[in-house]
Amino acid sequence: MARIEIDGIEKRFGRTPVLRGIDLDVRAGEFLSLVGPSGCGKSTLLRIIAGLTREDRGTIRLAGASVDQLPARDRDFAMVFQNYALYPHLTVAENIAVPLVMRRLTAAQRLPFVGRHLAGSRAARAAIEADVTRVAETLGITKLAHRRPGELSGGQRQRVALGRAMVRRPKAFLMDEPLSNLDAKLRVEMRAEIASLHHRLETTFVYVTHDQAEAMTMSDRIAVMMDGTILQIGTPDEVYADPDTLSVAEFVGSPKINVIAADADLATALGLDIGRVPDPQGLRLAFRAEAVELVEAAGAQLSGSIVHLENFGSDLMVHVATATATAPLLVRRDPHDPRPRIGETWGLSIRPDRLLAFDKAGRRLRSVVGGRA
Amino acid sequence: MSRLPKLPRGLSVASVLRNAALIALAAVTLAPFVWMVATSLKAPDEILTRDFHLWPHRFWAAENYASAFAAVPLGRYLLNGVVVTATILALQLLIAVPAAFALSKSEFRGRRLLFGAVLFGLLVPYHAIAVPLFVGLHALGLLDTYAALVTPFAISVFGIFLMRQFFQGIPGELVDAARMDGMSELAIVWRVMVPAAGPAISAFAIFSVVAHWNDYFWPLVAVSSDTLFTPPLGVVAFRNDDAGTSYGPLMAAATVIVLPLVAAFLLAQRRFLEGIAFAGFK
Repeated sequence: MARIEIDGIEKRFGRTPVLRGIDLDVRAGEFLSLVGPSGCGKSTLLRIIAGLTREDRGTIRLAGASVDQLPARDRDFAMVFQNYALYPHLTVAENIAVPLVMRRLTAAQRLPFVGRHLAGSRAARAAIEADVTRVAETLGITKLAHRRPGELSGGQRQRVALGRAMVRRPKAFLMDEPLSNLDAKLRVEMRAEIASLHHRLETTFVYVTHDQAEAMTMSDRIAVMMDGTILQIGTPDEVYADPDTLSVAEFVGSPKINVIAADADLATALGLDIGRVPDPQGLRLAFRAEAVELVEAAGAQLSGSIVHLENFGSDLMVHVATATATAPLLVRRDPHDPRPRIGETWGLSIRPDRLLAFDKAGRRLRSVVGGRA
Repeated sequence: MSRLPKLPRGLSVASVLRNAALIALAAVTLAPFVWMVATSLKAPDEILTRDFHLWPHRFWAAENYASAFAAVPLGRYLLNGVVVTATILALQLLIAVPAAFALSKSEFRGRRLLFGAVLFGLLVPYHAIAVPLFVGLHALGLLDTYAALVTPFAISVFGIFLMRQFFQGIPGELVDAARMDGMSELAIVWRVMVPAAGPAISAFAIFSVVAHWNDYFWPLVAVSSDTLFTPPLGVVAFRNDDAGTSYGPLMAAATVIVLPLVAAFLLAQRRFLEGIAFAGFK
């Protein structure tokens, strides 16, 4: 368990800047997700932390000491990859044992045939075997120990990859989209399993994903990345309810946040205090689907006709086309409430305290606060 | 309207024609070998006769093979052949595998240029540089040694190219995982890449062994003492040694020389075909 301090990391591939000065402090023992659309630089950042890619500028400290000069194998991190990256010619047990074999046995002891009979080799190998068995039991893959990766399903392979990472108690786990090759159901299962693994091991986790739902459900903190910079770092609640920029608000949360362009009059009518905004030009308001309700159209500040209904069983998503927004606005509704019908016209009532205001450049206007209408 | 005769299930005119063509081709290819083996079994007066028969009337195998082994140290030549081809292959792999790994999975300046040099090397047949090689070995005083037979082939650009192409298909994540697991770059080569590259290695081994076992040109240039003769040289030495050309023992010697390759092929038939398919299509 160790703190990882990332300071001013820059990286270019050829002329393209991939990371533009990343500062990030990963606390000891926390589960931090790097989340962002593909191409935002999150995987590159993880590879730089791991020591697999060299940064152009900046420094990385592990537990206070710089690791910039250390190659990947000396940094004592474990990494889990998207494509599992298991050794195809080794069995499950041998795969899990590799990090221990490489670290605990001397080069001579690793030699085929001869190595087994050298001094200390037998005891070290027995200890490795015990550790591998223990990890396999934890992950429920004991029965697969003698199979090869080619004979396993995706979920089983990912479990083996986790086992290989866990077996030597590294200073931190680095995970690069480990669940994105699994089917939806298995992904949800593994999400819970990785989160509980983090609780049990109490080790630092840095988890890269493009799936905001994974980041939201597993992390202590989330760092939202776009175009090589970190836009916001915070707990899932902070990032969801209190975003710094419109891009973060739009990236985090499913369904996507509703955005409308608003002039000063509409904003005021919706219950916002915009007196302190110097330039109300290009003002945009955003609100989540659960912060808005369907009401009688008459007298409502916003109204529109229903174009689509999505029934999730637990929720009903109502898509309302309005004159103010180009895309239909989403309204979450209890499926047990009276159902609106497609084509009907309804008004929208937004909770003013959940309305977020952004300026022309997409920066949050925190001075604009809604009161109770 | 003519109707084709009805053929049994699974047989079509096309497949019959195709197989007939293949059989004809196989017959043409095999005929010299069959003739070689048949001749090695015949008595001298039966070999150059006007009447055509494959199977000997008088069985002369023992005499032919005995005189083949008696006239020249055929065993010694075979041993030389094994030593030379095995050493060449071992050195080639020892050099080509790490080189291919570097060209495929390491990032360094000039990598593309180096790979270009490898491709360029593929274009140059070794016969073209035989004279400089000969002069170089002469200057080093290595002519007429095992080293002269082996060293010119220790670096195989074909091997580097073949391995590099295969390594391109191995995901980079696997190499990264090995780095995270604590392997050095050389450990990755021998513990991860080599086990994964089985088909490429066997394909290359086949090409290398066949080429150097059968090579006549370079041993002829490089060595002169007959203790260093490889099998192809041995056959020729055999012909020169004998006053009259006695074809029976000559063919017996040729059969003995071909035998190891045929045996190796029969033992590893599947790998052999896989290897050729791999090298051909990849």
